Amino acid sequence: MAILVYAESWNGIFKKASYEAVSYASQLAEKLGVNLIALTIANKDNPDILAMYGASRVITIADESMQTFSNQAYANAISQVADKEGVDIIVVSNTNNGKSLSPILSVKRKSCLISNVIGLPSSLEPFVLKTKAFSSKAFVNYNIENKNKIISITPNSVGITENKKIAETEKFEYVATDSDNRLISLSIKKSSGKILLTEADMVVSAGRGLKGPENWGMVEELAGLLGAATACSKPVSDIGWRSHSEHVGQTGIAINPQLYIAIGISGAIQHLAGVNASKNIVVINTDPDAPFFKAADYGIVGDAFEVVPKLIDALKSYQTNN
Amino acid sequence: MKILVCISHVPDTTSKINFTNNNTEFDSVGITFVINPYDEFGLTKAMHLKEKNGASITVINVGNKTTEPTLRKALAIGADTAIRIDADPTDANFVAQVISNYARNESYDLIITGKESIDYNGGLVPGLLATYLDMPFVNACIGFDLDGEKAQITREIDGGKEILEGRLPLLIAGQKGLVEEKDLRIPAMRGIMMARKKPLTIIKASDGTKYTSVVSYEMPEQKEACTMIDANQVEKLVEMLHEEAKVI
Repeated sequence: MAILVYAESWNGIFKKASYEAVSYASQLAEKLGVNLIALTIANKDNPDILAMYGASRVITIADESMQTFSNQAYANAISQVADKEGVDIIVVSNTNNGKSLSPILSVKRKSCLISNVIGLPSSLEPFVLKTKAFSSKAFVNYNIENKNKIISITPNSVGITENKKIAETEKFEYVATDSDNRLISLSIKKSSGKILLTEADMVVSAGRGLKGPENWGMVEELAGLLGAATACSKPVSDIGWRSHSEHVGQTGIAINPQLYIAIGISGAIQHLAGVNASKNIVVINTDPDAPFFKAADYGIVGDAFEVVPKLIDALKSYQTNN
Repeated sequence: MKILVCISHVPDTTSKINFTNNNTEFDSVGITFVINPYDEFGLTKAMHLKEKNGASITVINVGNKTTEPTLRKALAIGADTAIRIDADPTDANFVAQVISNYARNESYDLIITGKESIDYNGGLVPGLLATYLDMPFVNACIGFDLDGEKAQITREIDGGKEILEGRLPLLIAGQKGLVEEKDLRIPAMRGIMMARKKPLTIIKASDGTKYTSVVSYEMPEQKEACTMIDANQVEKLVEMLHEEAKVI
């Protein structure tokens, strides 16, 4: 018996979420006393990296037909490998592609699929997993009553841990099925050079307090200095100052970075829901009664147009001296 | 064209979440329930397609009778018929299976769901349902155009978007972008009156497999009081982020 982890690539390069998934799966494999097999598809990165996080075998699929993601084909491929290896637990990342393929895999393998998982099972008999729910307002502990399981890990929640193994890399030939090409990918538009919000260690976010899209320069400068992703509140994306893909909150993206800096965001309950899993929250707001201060770790009452440039200067001098 | 829109009945986004019975049950006292916001984008998209190409829209929910006002609201917005499958929606696989067992004989051309419900956030039912019905599945859908049976679909991907082409029947799981916030419809008095006469059919749930059960709920740990920093001493923040929070 073994656990299979699907280590996703983006443009042929492993995602950070994949290292987390492998780290998680390797700890789970040790708990269960089994080996960990990692699967990569259309990957150009060095597969040996996966051994560093605990994979004792790496299987790669490099078929020409698999170079473009297809949720159907990728689910079929993972299932074929799982069949060959006699696997009953599969670990995936709860990324956009992970979410697209895992339900297909679940039905195919009569497996219980559980998403938004944020930790190792608290007990193996019964098998209990903790997940994020209510947009991070609460957590649910689920008892998984099925032998076959697919565990989908929330990015940025379990962390990356080294557990060095020596892994052999082997190729797997995928057998295509009729349903693979029902959806054809016409084009992919990348938002270039941006750090993925869901994977970012730090996020700088701003709201209506910034008064207009032309004032986002300082937000981007601050984010650039920190190596952070940029985000925004719902009203800002609704008015069209920033793209929908930056909207964090209950009906946007839920994030859990190490540091979240909120500028000119009052902290409505819907916004807090998407961001309160952040480990450290800094709030900058003119209104001392803004509800966000109650959920913050560090707060500055002041005008963003004065505070943020000062913060940029302070960071620059810190970075020069360190 | 026959469109099925799946509707979850969820606590309003402003709800404070509480649990009872030693944190084993969701406390619905004082909670206002609404159409899941992601499903509302889907329902509005279905209305757009109906107005452009002609279509019948059925809304469906798996739930007990407390969810009927939510289905009536969907009818008031413009759906033609509503189905309530009478069962507690406690497990994603179960919900997907009972909807698929109903939908299998109805030959829907298009099924629209939200990408997830804002209560349990699993995001599982759409893809499970599509697969049980052997339909192609597009998640996180932010654009959908139909030309006859041919569809052009835009989905969000990590770090960008992808445009796909497919043919009906299809299942798309939508979010903002499928329609815009300003396109969302508030039921008008006429719609509310008409909704009272539209059929809301209650059907018995078929068999379905439940893979999970809730052991308990937990609330996040309370934060300690916020450390306030003087706006003229922001260098202190940098210092604390380095020394205390250890994030820089």
